[in-house]
Amino acid sequence: MTMNTATAPARFGLFWFSSPQTFFPLAGRMIPWFIALTVVLLAIGLWIAFFVAPTDATQGESYRIIFIHVPTAWMSMFLYVVMAFWAAVGLIFNTRLSSMMASAIAPTGALMTFLALWTGALWGRPTWGTYWVWDARLTSELILLFLYLGFLALQAAIDDKRRADKAGAVLALVGVVNIPIIYFSVQWWNTLHQGASVSLTRSPSMATTMLWGMLVMALAFWMYSIAAVLHRVRTIILEREKRADWVRELLAEGRLK
Amino acid sequence: MNWGSWDNFWAMGGYGLYVWGSYAMVAIVIAIEIWLFKSRRRAAVSELMRDAVRGRSSR
Repeated sequence: MTMNTATAPARFGLFWFSSPQTFFPLAGRMIPWFIALTVVLLAIGLWIAFFVAPTDATQGESYRIIFIHVPTAWMSMFLYVVMAFWAAVGLIFNTRLSSMMASAIAPTGALMTFLALWTGALWGRPTWGTYWVWDARLTSELILLFLYLGFLALQAAIDDKRRADKAGAVLALVGVVNIPIIYFSVQWWNTLHQGASVSLTRSPSMATTMLWGMLVMALAFWMYSIAAVLHRVRTIILEREKRADWVRELLAEGRLK
Repeated sequence: MNWGSWDNFWAMGGYGLYVWGSYAMVAIVIAIEIWLFKSRRRAAVSELMRDAVRGRSSR
């Protein structure tokens, strides 16, 4: 009996799905479900945002930006933590797929951060009278954008992919310190930005329909991000495993599109 | 929420520029991202195909 560990990963265990060969088809099967969830949640969320949620007593209709501002801001921070987690796993256990996940998350995270800043600026203008102030919340969110862009630029600058993974992981992990700073900035410093919209310890400060609209939209952005990241990680697998037999077999069978 | 007319809906109580400017940018950025990751996939697959053709002819 011959052991063929190079091509056939262990059937069970913690690292079963850490093999790109196993994960590639699994991710491919999951993507349509996340796209479907995105479409359904987005339709419900937008319907609540524009046709159910009432006009805000103080901000009028301008507050409707909340339904995309808060979800993109949440995703910008959440994706960073997930990216840093996978980068750390890749660094510690030397698992290639974990590092590929981190690389796949970064572009979506950067876009979510940009959108949080953009929608925040367009919400700030009518409510605060300015598109931008250099206060703690806005500045730390801008630093988050630079961390994502720095991660992407650093990885693009290093030809050796495994070295790029390690350098990116160090940058991502150092940058994690920025996440609690963003989150707690509205408590730690005097800021124009309002406090947390949702809290576990006190009752919500907004109308129930507004809260529901925001949560459904947040779920929609979450599902979209998963679909986008899974699509991108499959491409990264193809880019990095192009000499692997299983990739060539998929290509020969015409199963890569 | 009853807007009464489509004009009222697009006006957003005078905040149309800010509200639609936000939603439009989200739509544009996500459309660009989808286009980017799809063209990256196409590039990766066509590189694989080039390699496969080259490998066959050199053998």
